[in-house]
Amino acid sequence: MVERGRHHRRIEIMRWVVSVFLLSLSWILAGPDQAGATDAVFKPCATCHEIGSGAKHKVGPHLDGLFGRKAGSLEGFRYSDGMRAAGEAGLVWTPEALDEYLQRPRDFIKGNRMSFRGMPDDAERAALVAWLESATQQAPAADPVTGEAPTDGLVRSFADIVLQMDGDPEYGEYLAGECVTCHQATGHADGIPSIVGLPKDYFVKSLFEYRTNVRSNEVMKLRVANLANDEIAALAAYFSSLDPQ
Amino acid sequence: MTRLTRRQFGLFAGASAAALTLPTYLRAQGKPRVVVIGGGAGGATAARYIAKDSDGAIDVTLIDQSEMYTTCFFSNLYVGGFRSFESITHSYDALQSSYGITKVTGRAASVDRAAKTVTMEDGSSVPYDRLVVAPGIDLIWDSVEGYSEELSEIAPHAWKAGPQTQLLKAKLDAIENGQQVVMVAPPNPYRCPPGPYERASMMAHVLKAKGLTDSKVIILDPKDKFSKQGVFQEGWEKHYPGMVEWYGPDVHGGIGAVDVNAGTVETDLDTFKGALLNIIPAQKAGAIASEAGLTDDSGFCPIMAESMRSTIDEAVFVIGDASIAGDMPKSAFSANSQAKVAAMTIRGDLLDSKVFPAKYANTCWSLIETDDSIKVGAQYAPGDGKIASTQGFVSQTSEDAALRKSNFEESTGWYAGITADMFG
Repeated sequence: MVERGRHHRRIEIMRWVVSVFLLSLSWILAGPDQAGATDAVFKPCATCHEIGSGAKHKVGPHLDGLFGRKAGSLEGFRYSDGMRAAGEAGLVWTPEALDEYLQRPRDFIKGNRMSFRGMPDDAERAALVAWLESATQQAPAADPVTGEAPTDGLVRSFADIVLQMDGDPEYGEYLAGECVTCHQATGHADGIPSIVGLPKDYFVKSLFEYRTNVRSNEVMKLRVANLANDEIAALAAYFSSLDPQ
Repeated sequence: MTRLTRRQFGLFAGASAAALTLPTYLRAQGKPRVVVIGGGAGGATAARYIAKDSDGAIDVTLIDQSEMYTTCFFSNLYVGGFRSFESITHSYDALQSSYGITKVTGRAASVDRAAKTVTMEDGSSVPYDRLVVAPGIDLIWDSVEGYSEELSEIAPHAWKAGPQTQLLKAKLDAIENGQQVVMVAPPNPYRCPPGPYERASMMAHVLKAKGLTDSKVIILDPKDKFSKQGVFQEGWEKHYPGMVEWYGPDVHGGIGAVDVNAGTVETDLDTFKGALLNIIPAQKAGAIASEAGLTDDSGFCPIMAESMRSTIDEAVFVIGDASIAGDMPKSAFSANSQAKVAAMTIRGDLLDSKVFPAKYANTCWSLIETDDSIKVGAQYAPGDGKIASTQGFVSQTSEDAALRKSNFEESTGWYAGITADMFG
C-alpha cells in the first residue's frame, strides 16, 4: 500500500509535465460518477442532489428513498433549522407535499436553504415529481456522506491522495477569501452554488473534476489549476467545518 | 512548504523586523487602530476582514464621504435597464452593527504620516497604527480638451457611480431615432478595462429595444486595442448590426477638442456629433493618495507585491484602483482580492497572527446583450518585483448561447457574493 501511494505521488508530479496524457489517465483512475442520473427533467436538481445507486449528499441531501421520509431527517446532512423543524412538526415527503414545496421552496418552508427559485409551471412540476417517484426507489447507500466510497484506504484517484491529507483549516480560511467573493460565506446562493458545509469528500472530488475536465467552468478551472494538494485539503477542511447560516 | 517557512516568507517579504516588536508596544497603548480611507470594493472589504478576523482586537474606522455606496461595477447594467439603481446601492449598517466598525462619513482631507493621523475636511483628526488607502480613481479633467468637472453635468463621464450614472441613463433614455451617442474612451491605465465596451453594448441594447435602430453608438478610443475586443466586436455585429462603431487612433488620427454645448468631438478624421456625449477622461489615484505623498510620477501608488504595503511608508497599505498592482486590472474583483492580502498582513503586523503567501485573483464579466455575457480572468502572485499574472483565460468567439447565458447567471451570483463580502 505504501508502494502504491508513492507510485501515485510520482504520477502526480509527472502529470503536470505530460498533462494531456495524464488527464485521461486520471479520468480512468477516478472513474465516472456512478450515482449521477441525469434525465433532462432532473437536470436543474442534479447540480445539488444525487440520486440512484450509491448516491451521497452534495450541496443538498441525496434523494434515494425520498417518499415517505420525514423532512430534514437524513443522517450526515446538515439541514437548515427551518427544514428540521418542518420534519419535527410532521412534514413527510409525499408527491403532494413535494409538488407544493417545489412551486416556491422559500415560501413553503421558511428559512430553508435550497437555492432554487421554484418551478411555477404545473405540468413541468408534475413531470418532475412523477420522475422522482420512480427514480428515488433505490435503497439509500450505506454511508450517505461518502456514498459507497471504499473504506480500505486504497488510493484510487488523485482526489484520494488529498483526502488522506490533514488539511490546515487556518490556512483554508485564508485561502477561502478567494472563494467567498463568489460563493457566499453565509451559504446563500444567488446564481453561484453554495459550498459552505460541503462534505470533504465531495469538495475534493469536485475540485479534481475541474482538473480532469469533467467540470468545465473556466473560472473554477483556473482557480483549481493554481491550488496545490495541501491547499485543496486545507480548503476542504475549512469549508466542511462550517455551518450554513 | 512547512508552516514555519511560510511564516518566515511572509515576514521577509512583507513586514520589517520592527513589526515583530510592534504588538507589545501597541498593547501598552491599548487596542491597535486601523483607519481605512474609502468604502468601496477594496476599503469595505479590508475593513470587514480586519474587524472580522481580529475578533475585536483591532479598532477599525472606515472613512467614506457617502452614507450609501453605489457600486461602479454593474452600473452599466443599470444603464442598460437590467438592474435598478437601488439594487446597486448598499448601506454600511451591517459593518457597524455586526462587525463593530466605526463609520465616519466625510472626506479625508490629508494624512500626517509622521504623526500617523488622518485629518478630515471638518478639521477633526483620526489616529492610526496602520492606514489603508483605498480612494479609487480621480479623473484628469483636462486630459480631454474642452472638458471639465462642471461640464460633466452636461456630458457625463459616469465613471464614478451615483448621480453621474443616473444622468447618463436619463440622457440615453431621451435619445430619438437617428440621433447618435458619442463616447470618448479613456487611455490606459483606467478603472474597469472592459467597462467602456460593456457600456456601449448596454447603450445599444436600450436603443435597439426601443426600435431606434437608425441611432448608433460611436466609440472614439485613444487606444489601438481593448479588453475582450474580438468577442465584443463579434457580439456587436450579431446583436446590433450597424449600431456600434469603434474607432481607434489609426482611423480617427487623434482625439481633439470636445464642445459639450454643441455636442461635438473633433478628431483628425472628422467631427463627430452626438445628442449624448459620454466623456471618460484619463485617470489617476484618488486625490487623498497624492495629498498623502503616496503616489509616484504615474499618478498611482507603488506597493509591495507580497503585501500591498506602500513602498513609501510601511505603516500604509494602498489597495484597489489607486495602487500600481502590476498585471492586475483595476477592478472591484482585484480590489477585493488585494484587500484580503492587506488585511492579513495588517493583522500580522499588529497581532502577530499568521501571514500566508499572497495570492491574488480577478474575473471580469461583461454583458453584451440579454443572456450573452463574456468573461476574462487570471490568477496572480508576486514575481519579478510586481504582481505578475500566472495563468488566465478569456471568452472565445463563436461560443454557444448556453455558455454565455450561464456566464450571465454566474456574474449575478458574483455580484451578490462580492457585495456580501464587502458589506457583510
